[in-house]
Amino acid sequence: MNTQVRPRPVNFRGRSYLAFSLAPEPPLASWLLDLDAAIRRSAGFFVGRPAVLDLGKAQLSPDEIAGLIHDLDARDIRIMGIEGVKPADLPPNLPPVLTSGRPASGGEMAQPAAAKPAEAPAAEKAAKGKAENKPVKPAPSSLLVDQPVRSGQTIFHPHGDVIVLGSVSSGAEIVAGGSIHIYGVLRGRAMAGANGNAKARIFCRKIEAELLAIAGFYRTADDLVENLRNRPIQAWLDGETMLIAALE
Amino acid sequence: MANVVVVTSGKGGVGKTTSTAGLGTALAQTGQRVVVVDFDVGLRNLDLVLGAERRVVFDFINVVQGVVKLHQALIRDKRVETLWLLPASQTRDKDALTDEGVARVIGELRNKFDWILCDSPAGIERGATLAMRHADMAVIVTNPEVSSVRDSDRIIGLLDSKTERAERGEQLPKHILVTRFDPARASRGEMLNIADVLEILSLPLLGIIPESEEVLRASNIGAPVVLNNPESAPARAYMDSARRLMGEQIDMIVPSEKRGFFNKLFGRRAA
Repeated sequence: MNTQVRPRPVNFRGRSYLAFSLAPEPPLASWLLDLDAAIRRSAGFFVGRPAVLDLGKAQLSPDEIAGLIHDLDARDIRIMGIEGVKPADLPPNLPPVLTSGRPASGGEMAQPAAAKPAEAPAAEKAAKGKAENKPVKPAPSSLLVDQPVRSGQTIFHPHGDVIVLGSVSSGAEIVAGGSIHIYGVLRGRAMAGANGNAKARIFCRKIEAELLAIAGFYRTADDLVENLRNRPIQAWLDGETMLIAALE
Repeated sequence: MANVVVVTSGKGGVGKTTSTAGLGTALAQTGQRVVVVDFDVGLRNLDLVLGAERRVVFDFINVVQGVVKLHQALIRDKRVETLWLLPASQTRDKDALTDEGVARVIGELRNKFDWILCDSPAGIERGATLAMRHADMAVIVTNPEVSSVRDSDRIIGLLDSKTERAERGEQLPKHILVTRFDPARASRGEMLNIADVLEILSLPLLGIIPESEEVLRASNIGAPVVLNNPESAPARAYMDSARRLMGEQIDMIVPSEKRGFFNKLFGRRAA
């Protein structure tokens, strides 16, 4: 029997998507630091968003470009295209070069959408004092830290609440997508509602904090009313004002 | 089993080298075989404090680079026969210390000694992380004042992540050694008191070394205070701390204010 399979036409269609363009400027190291600060302020922003790398302002060698893609990957920013560079100047196995990009409006960094729980950002640092770039563990919805958080450590948990059974030292940071509960003294920084969740609250047994922030609105230690010092408090957002009251 | 103890602090000038010499000497006096290792490449002080600065021929970096054997670099103390020193290099910098080289030397030292005390440089960079890498135990030297306590807290966080033990998921026993404690200033509120320090650092206390002129006198002479003036308060505090390091339970003496003779005579109000 003569079965000649006729090739079916494959559909090629044009589609346009809105992507964010990251344009690094030299020196790369400080640009990456600025990027990290922006990610911290709006945690989870890049999760699931298509990003394009615009190399027009930075004259990078092929090795530097490969290194930069790797650094961005470590921050869970997936580059889907590169513009501002000639294909010959790229090392192999990189996203394709894009041309004819046009500016488009599409939202700012200030109010990012909440990260979906299914997409765990690689920037999450496991608790238990090992906050120096350890591999990601599957994220529960609330994180329990049963040791004191030492100066210089960051607990980053965008998926929900963080509970600390101990104190948070001066120079340490807790960044949570939900609320923060500290069964000890808060001497460091607590940033709740990191994804824009304005209902998040901060609770602690004793407040000596350097900074409190909820959904991006912050108060520094200078601002804290004197009669609240060293008492158990909760902090919450009322519109754009952070209210702090004793928990008695 | 040899014990590798790192003496570290984060902040500089709090008494790491003095304490390494003090604890090392006190341990050696009980008969333990002790080596004190200076990890402060380029700014070495342990040899000065032990009075061995004129006998340094080869140093840690020479051993790491394989230029000499370990026994050629080790310097035996003239007063305490089970105490040895491995000095640092003064002319090189810390990049000359490699991870593999240090691991090899510590391995060799483990075979020859009961206690290996690593005198860490100040800071949180490579020198400090190398000194702590192979530790089985840590002594965190802290002055009872805010900057030192915060820096100690930072280094405690690093001890929980940058040591081999931490990487293997094992616990690293850590102790606080409070140095330069001045009870008069603590009671006036100028310095933190012991309870405050422990509350912030949340670790067991190894000992309290009082502020004393004896310490400077001893290091000028080139002898640890434990040898130069064994009856003095800091010497006795170091000896107690060394025994606690070995596991003995000894009551902690909190230095109190010294009341001078006239204070005692006229210190009370007339009825």
